[in-house]
Amino acid sequence: MGMTMTQKVLAAHCGAETVEAGELILANLDLVLGNDITSPVAIAEYNKLGVEKVFDNKKVTMVMDHFAPNKDIKAAEQCKMCRSFCGAQEIEHFYDVGQMGIEHALLPEKGLVVSGDVVIGADSHTCTYGALGAFSTGVGSTDMACGMATGKAWFKVPSAIKFTLKGKLNKYVSGKDVILHIIGLIGVDGALYRSMEFTGEGVHSLSMADRLCMANMAIEAGAKNGIFEVDEETLKYVAEHSARRPTVFKADEDAVYDEEYVIDLSEVKSTVSYPHLPENTHPASESGDIKIDQVVIGSCTNGRLEDLQAAAEIMKGKKVAENVRCIVIPATQKVYLDAMEQGLLRIFVEAGAAVSTPTCGPCLGGHMGILAAGERAVATTNRNFVGRMGHVDSEIYLASPEVAAASAVTGRITDPKEVM
Amino acid sequence: MIFNGNAIKYGDNVDTDVIIPARYLNTIDKKELASHCMEDLDKTFINRVKAGDIMVAGNNFGCGSSREHAPIAIKESGISLVIANSFARIFYRNSINIGLAILECPEAVAGISEGDTVEADLDNGIIYNRTTGAEFKTKPFPEFVQKIITAGGLVESIKQGIIK
Ligand code: SF4
Repeated sequence: MGMTMTQKVLAAHCGAETVEAGELILANLDLVLGNDITSPVAIAEYNKLGVEKVFDNKKVTMVMDHFAPNKDIKAAEQCKMCRSFCGAQEIEHFYDVGQMGIEHALLPEKGLVVSGDVVIGADSHTCTYGALGAFSTGVGSTDMACGMATGKAWFKVPSAIKFTLKGKLNKYVSGKDVILHIIGLIGVDGALYRSMEFTGEGVHSLSMADRLCMANMAIEAGAKNGIFEVDEETLKYVAEHSARRPTVFKADEDAVYDEEYVIDLSEVKSTVSYPHLPENTHPASESGDIKIDQVVIGSCTNGRLEDLQAAAEIMKGKKVAENVRCIVIPATQKVYLDAMEQGLLRIFVEAGAAVSTPTCGPCLGGHMGILAAGERAVATTNRNFVGRMGHVDSEIYLASPEVAAASAVTGRITDPKEVM
Repeated sequence: MIFNGNAIKYGDNVDTDVIIPARYLNTIDKKELASHCMEDLDKTFINRVKAGDIMVAGNNFGCGSSREHAPIAIKESGISLVIANSFARIFYRNSINIGLAILECPEAVAGISEGDTVEADLDNGIIYNRTTGAEFKTKPFPEFVQKIITAGGLVESIKQGIIK
């Protein structure tokens, strides 16, 4: 029986010719990731193992991004614990304030992940690197601890859902709209335990930023991983960012899929997920008069340069609506610098938006833009669960950078076409 | 393994942000995490939960973040077992890895109401609703997973050389 792309990557990492859905395997890891929230728990578990050194100090990475720059004393203590651990263990890729960015934007940019890798991260959005044709998935802190010690992790080999993309996106529509549309279609548990594999000629027309954003939200459909077919664009991206050589795995012609969907990109509209689940999707153009208090443009989903360019194009020469706070958070130091050099930060500041240093910040209700009771935000983040950005009685509407920027200008949820 | 307790029941898609809100993730102190368990969904939970109680829920329990703080908070609150229609996968593996017992059994979820007295016999794969007298069969864990649970979690399995 043929294997899916994910199964091919996994087979190659557990020394097997073939693997089958449902099989339990122990796979070799190319990278183990943790952040300032999950690593402290992992370090405590690691210390119980009685191992002296991590399996490979080049294949473990920690990024201080969630509550950093330290939001309070407790957060400072957590970062300090990570810093000392990485120092003692001589971890080569430790990213602290000044070098860090949001982990899932940072790792591909730093070239730490290439096509064909197996990556685990103690963060659910580790599935982002599937955009590069890697198998990567979120795990917990205990898995991270054991991965750091042994270089291995156990997996149940997943079956997959195939998404064949065709056509091209319309102007002001981006990868975020496509993935929100898909989650609306299959639901927040529509891909539970399974892979989402993206293939078809439509893939080639998507930028790497679009693909990273889509793979990032595979977890919001319950998926174990999202993975994109590798094409020239992927290989170009990898070559530009990494000295490591990619390995290209392709799904077999006769691979078996649980379900198949064909998505025509030209039919995807600007889409918004209403509270309190990502599956609760509506076209932005039919949102009527939903007034907002805050706009957040950033996160591991949409804090890349292309996202800021798209938002700036819409906000250029316009003003943030009265009574709306607009917060722009470039995802990494490099994005920040590029955005500065391209004049994007000036556009945001002149429009009346606040620009922050890279951090997860408000995305998980940490700091830098917490909502009060009754407040409503449009955010380019990935979760709109109850209380995610602050008070339990606040609301989050998930959207693309284009919709977020247009909404910042009008003060209500807005289709970007309306203001352009 | 046999668990006895009263059922505390919730619906579908209980996410990790309500199990343990991110604002409390600046600590790894288990007691402190447990004191905020379920706070954004059910403020009464932490005051009424008793040691041994069994949490019962619908589809996709534990969806969202990979924070292991979520199963840790549930375990530390006194909950002995979570029965759901289905679990989000990271929550599922985290629970196994830290030794929180969890079971997928939609029949039991349908046949247990809030406050019912429940007994779960994991060795024989049977759940009894002592309040109504109903019985439900469950699937045993795969052997590999059983080994991890019997060893007391993933860290112990590695220390004992069960996983190399
Ligand atoms: S930006 Fe949000 S979703 Fe992404 S890693 Fe940070 S907290 Fe998680």
